[in-house]
Amino acid sequence: MKLSPLSTVLVALLVAMLVWLFVASWPDWLTGVLGAKKLFVTTIFNGVTLAGLYFLVASGFTLVFGLMRNVNLAHGSLYLLGAYVGYTVAELTGYWLIGLAAGFLVLSAVGAVMQILVFRRMEGDELRQTLVTIGLSIVAADLMLATWGGKTYQFSIPDWLNGAITTPIILAHRSNGDAVPLTYPFYRLVVLAAAIAIGIGLWLLLNRTRIGVMIRAGVDDRMMLSATGVNVHMVFAAVFAIGAGLAGFAGVVGGSALSIAPGEDVRYLLASLVVVIVGGMGSIPGAAIGALLIGLAEQIGLAYFPTYGVVLTFVIMVAVLAFRPQGIMGRPA
Amino acid sequence: MTFAKGLFLGTAASLALAAHLSAAAAEDDTLKIGLLATFEGAFTVLGEDSKRGAELALQQHDGMAGGKKIEWVIGSSDASPDSAVRAVRKLVEQDGVQIVVGPLSGDEGLAVKDYAKTQPNVTFVNGTSAAQDTTLRDPAPNFFRFSTDGAQWMAGLGDYAYTEKGYRNVATVAEDYSFPYTQVFGFMAEFCKAGGHVVSKSWVPIGNKDYSSVIAAIPADVDAVYVALGGADGVNFLTQYQQAGGTAPLIGGSITADQTVLSSQGKQKEAVLGMPSAGPIADTWDDPRWKDFVAAYQAAFPDGFPSPSLFAHGYYVNTEAVLKALDEVNGDLSDGGAKFRDALSKLEFDTPTGMVKLDANRNAIADIFVTEVAEGEDGNLYNKVVEVKEGVNQTLGQPIEEFLKLGVVGRDNPDCP
Repeated sequence: MKLSPLSTVLVALLVAMLVWLFVASWPDWLTGVLGAKKLFVTTIFNGVTLAGLYFLVASGFTLVFGLMRNVNLAHGSLYLLGAYVGYTVAELTGYWLIGLAAGFLVLSAVGAVMQILVFRRMEGDELRQTLVTIGLSIVAADLMLATWGGKTYQFSIPDWLNGAITTPIILAHRSNGDAVPLTYPFYRLVVLAAAIAIGIGLWLLLNRTRIGVMIRAGVDDRMMLSATGVNVHMVFAAVFAIGAGLAGFAGVVGGSALSIAPGEDVRYLLASLVVVIVGGMGSIPGAAIGALLIGLAEQIGLAYFPTYGVVLTFVIMVAVLAFRPQGIMGRPA
Repeated sequence: MTFAKGLFLGTAASLALAAHLSAAAAEDDTLKIGLLATFEGAFTVLGEDSKRGAELALQQHDGMAGGKKIEWVIGSSDASPDSAVRAVRKLVEQDGVQIVVGPLSGDEGLAVKDYAKTQPNVTFVNGTSAAQDTTLRDPAPNFFRFSTDGAQWMAGLGDYAYTEKGYRNVATVAEDYSFPYTQVFGFMAEFCKAGGHVVSKSWVPIGNKDYSSVIAAIPADVDAVYVALGGADGVNFLTQYQQAGGTAPLIGGSITADQTVLSSQGKQKEAVLGMPSAGPIADTWDDPRWKDFVAAYQAAFPDGFPSPSLFAHGYYVNTEAVLKALDEVNGDLSDGGAKFRDALSKLEFDTPTGMVKLDANRNAIADIFVTEVAEGEDGNLYNKVVEVKEGVNQTLGQPIEEFLKLGVVGRDNPDCP
């Protein structure tokens, strides 16, 4: 996407304004409009870190949905299952990181099995896939309720991830001249860092490696790729495994930041659907942009008008669908 | 989604219908009672415990009432009013139950009350739903509530926060529906009258997970934060409040200082120790009636909570009322339940939390407990009793005309900034 000189100037102005909002000490009229600086800065931080979590979930979804045209409405169940598996393993071993690995690996296996047993049987038949995955998600939700009960679980994250850190952003000055810096939960920043790392990794995988070439070729023309001697089914099973694994990974990361309870599956399915629709199907940068918009909208809504905050998310979705139906970074169908 | 769910419900409905037909042919000495609670969504864990309460009451009656064997038919909702109506319609119109115990949550109660008006021959006895207008304004003649409402549950807390704790400015964080409106109303009724101010109110949707921005929006200069969030929502808020380094002390709504939140795994403990609250039960009340109830609960449900939640208690009391009234009319519902409802409205009985009777609107008058969260010897958190308010009625002791003038509870009513 090339920007025209005018939009470049606009974007630069916007960035400069944001930087000023973060760095400057606020005049009174601004506090009148946006509330205390602490509220604004924390809300933006919250929005961006929540976007990181949404991106982790949605990246697996967009990979499968966009690249393979497989509609997996059980994606939310994969998220929740990953969280439960990770929790159980972490409790048994006492190591959170092992739980995180288990969430990814077990769900990769589940994803591969799903692709081989379910999706391969109904390739290209989108309505059947949709119905079957809804069925799977209902069954999975009840099985998980039977196994783990309705209780709310919370991970005990390791001490080196816990607690708040002091950021260099100055919120206010006390009367004696001391600066009051913003403190922020360290773990949420780690979530953001993990999301960025995984985003870059996925982009490199798809655009800079041989496997990435195979995946993209398989999406465009399965027969031709197969004729060149590539085992297409293996490639697609691998992609599905990565997508499901990412959902499981996100389950552990997200379950540690917030909590795990029945009903989370539907919530994250909805969140990833909105993110992917706004960002554009199958586009990793699109998922990042979509996640950022939705995460910020949700948090700004909660902070400034909690009662009607939910509406904001869907206003964004409606606007995108009205003006750019393929999504912000999507290719026209 | 809708299509699939419809298909699923359709299948379930026809199966249930078939089961009903075969059962009706079988025997006449069984009586089916509908049990409606939240077995899905954010309040699942609350629903599970409410079922324990209802089962315990039936167990103590040896599974019999009025000479008939009682059988539960379960209806499941997710705390939304439409899901409750869907479930209760299935119970009444397909399973053919003549008595329903439930629902659990505030908005559900309002919706079921409206549905009750269309089914005059079916008797609805509340579970734990505690919105004020389920019984106060425009009540249904066949809806009974032996558990009290959310404003009654707050009796004594506002005064306690003002005089004992010395709080003057308070912010509230609560879910955005009728029950928390009622709770905030009950708290503010006393707190504002005493001279306190509620400077900001945040209403958040049920099932919200990320409270960090809500926490950031709480004004920095409040003396305390009043929290009325249930189940998973309460756990999430408390953990994140602790993580964000929240320093203002908390005041708990009835379902926030409940076993459904207190017994959850996680780091919220530090945030809630010493939190004052009020509600229809107190975990460590040393009255023998309550102690017997707790012991029976623990014996019957080893995998339940360390101590019964207010949901177990509410369903227990309401089920108990149904069984007692059935005994009185010998299980005779042949007149469309008129005699049974008459018996219900005259009922006055001893519960684990004291005597309960109904007012003219069929809403309970009962004792309320002001409590504080403390750590027990076993490491679990319990509510210890600070004060018992006896015989709290729905108008909080005021004449009904004056009380009605206060207006319908809502986001902006009452208001004392």
